[in-house]
Amino acid sequence: MTDNAITGFDPNEKPAGAHQAEAASFGGVGMKIAGYAGMVAIFLLVALPLFWIVVTSFKEKPDIYTQPAQWWPANPTTEGYKSATTEIDFWAFFRNSVIITVLLSIAKIVLGVISAYALSLLRFPGRNLVFLVVIAALMVPNQITVISNYALVSQLGWRNTYQGIIIPLAGVAFGTFLMRNQFLSVPGEIIEAARLDGAGPLKLLWRVVLPMSWPTLIAFSIITVVNEWNEYLWPFLMSDDSRVGTLPIGLTQLQNNDGITNWGPVMAATVLAMLPVLIVFLALQRHMIKGLTAGAVKG
Amino acid sequence: MASVYFDGATRVHKGNSRPSVAGVTLDIEDGEFLVLVGPSGCGKSTTLRMLAGLEPVDGGRVLIDGHDQKGVRPRDRDVAMVFQSYALYPNMTAEENMAFALRNAGVSKAEAHERVLEAAKILELEPLLGRKPGQLSGGQRQRVAMGRAIVRNPKVFCMDEPLSNLDAKLRVSTRAQIAALQRRLGVTTVYVTHDQVEAMTMGHRVAVLKEGVLQQVDTPEALYDRPVNTFVAGFIGSPAINLLDATVRDGRAELLGTSVPVERDLVGDADRVTLGIRPESWTIGSELDKDGIPLRVELVESLGAEVFVYGRHDGDPDGPRITVRLAKSQRPDTGDLIRITPVAGELHVFDAETGDRR
Ligand SMILES: Nc1ncnc2c1ncn2[C@@H]1O[C@H](COP(=O)(O)OP(=O)(O)O)[C@@H](O)[C@H]1O
Ligand SMILES: [Mg+2]
Repeated sequence: MTDNAITGFDPNEKPAGAHQAEAASFGGVGMKIAGYAGMVAIFLLVALPLFWIVVTSFKEKPDIYTQPAQWWPANPTTEGYKSATTEIDFWAFFRNSVIITVLLSIAKIVLGVISAYALSLLRFPGRNLVFLVVIAALMVPNQITVISNYALVSQLGWRNTYQGIIIPLAGVAFGTFLMRNQFLSVPGEIIEAARLDGAGPLKLLWRVVLPMSWPTLIAFSIITVVNEWNEYLWPFLMSDDSRVGTLPIGLTQLQNNDGITNWGPVMAATVLAMLPVLIVFLALQRHMIKGLTAGAVKG
Repeated sequence: MASVYFDGATRVHKGNSRPSVAGVTLDIEDGEFLVLVGPSGCGKSTTLRMLAGLEPVDGGRVLIDGHDQKGVRPRDRDVAMVFQSYALYPNMTAEENMAFALRNAGVSKAEAHERVLEAAKILELEPLLGRKPGQLSGGQRQRVAMGRAIVRNPKVFCMDEPLSNLDAKLRVSTRAQIAALQRRLGVTTVYVTHDQVEAMTMGHRVAVLKEGVLQQVDTPEALYDRPVNTFVAGFIGSPAINLLDATVRDGRAELLGTSVPVERDLVGDADRVTLGIRPESWTIGSELDKDGIPLRVELVESLGAEVFVYGRHDGDPDGPRITVRLAKSQRPDTGDLIRITPVAGELHVFDAETGDRR
């Protein structure tokens, strides 16, 4: 034995790679057919309305109402898109949606992470009580709080303002709950190692705990962004026009513009409203891979 | 570098009535390699964690370099820990893992890099510095965890079963390397293991714990030659020592129908004792030797140079099982009858009631 090295380097040793978990296999052809049937049913359930929206957005007005239904536009046209972006102040609504979604998502994510961190890894008296209150808040449907919030915000003179829309929506019970449970699943020894390594609370969060929580954080972010983008009730109550109104509100204006609704432009605007979240989702979802904790503890 | 002193250190976990660690007093010298050993759940990790500041001390004190560590945060104790699970940061490369503590302590990037390289050289980790833990084998992760501890050049190393996740062969080689590394660095080290072989081969001194109570602290040799009670005797040594009940009459112990001389002042006025006889403390006599204990062989384990024979007293199939170590040339077969006699000077005499050495 030499004094110069912890050698132990064994070329036969294989790096412990990805999980080699065997996929659970369900035997029987019957099970397989049932599985595929279920998949097809759900696919149709989700995809058909979407397909119908897209197809309708390219149809001319008379074609929309023909019987039997046209599954493909006979005379494809982009007229719908043109009127969707001109009949209402589409880009103003779009801008409002972006501003409100971005600010609200940032607020929710930051508040969610920080509160979850405090409730899981910092020790202070009454911690569990605070958590219970958060859970209780999660149980209250927001339709119930709408009325009192409306009164309060009106009193503050925040009607038809960004802050009037954003601040009452920035509560984060769900994010706190989700991220707290994620943080609690980080192995205790890693957190202890970081404490011994002299990481303060912020560094512990930023350099150790958060990087191990990306998949959950990204899932939380996607859910938040989509929810805020689609939020209807509160922005509808708060906004009067395109100064602060969001896209869903713009869509309603489009719908009511004349006596009978022209569904072509409505569907076109719907497609346009869907695109940004779709892009955000596609960009983020590949980061939601599991296994970011591989190699942290054990072999 | 520093000395460590446990002064009646006690820890009672919430919800438990019995302390997990009860009044451990232990003086560890500067530069010493002390091994804490004991069966699972005996409080080894808790003791170590009290030293690192990860666990509060409910009674007594823990001192590093003569300073009471009460209220001192883990990060301020200058103690480095190697965890059983290694606890590497999965999102950081090996180099970042090792440099993390240095950077937190305000060491410049360049100097941290230099010190990491130095440690990596010792541990032969240089080609792996850019890899993340997920891309490393178990043995390599273990070395990164060691590296993370040694770059800090701390006062005390705490190691909690750092080898238990390695395969048997790697464990043996790494065992020697950790001991060598500790000698070279001269950093006071407290090493926890449940494996008595690790304890015997690595430590300057070994502390044996049982149910949170310190049993004996001694050099490996002393622990083996003079165990203070039947627990230590049974825990140290593999295969385990034979602990056999015997009645005493006229300075002789009646052991399995044979009479064995024991020192009168050891036995005192007791009429029953427990005799501890190591597997190698037997001599094998001829089959006709009427003084020897007749042993019916039940199992023979051949390890190459030596043979372990397990059997019971011929006339007593429900009696205690006896382990005997023999040379290769003396190998009996299963079912054979052999006659064995304990070596006179190698007998351990314990109190039959308390199990303490007499
Ligand atoms: N967090 C805890 N809460 C309650 N009891 C604990 C806790 N940690 C350890 N113990 C108890 O303390 C005793 C010693 O544990 P530990 O020090 O981990 O043993 P060892 O490391 O020797 O296997 C065990 O009986 C265990 O049940
Ligand atoms: Mg342990």
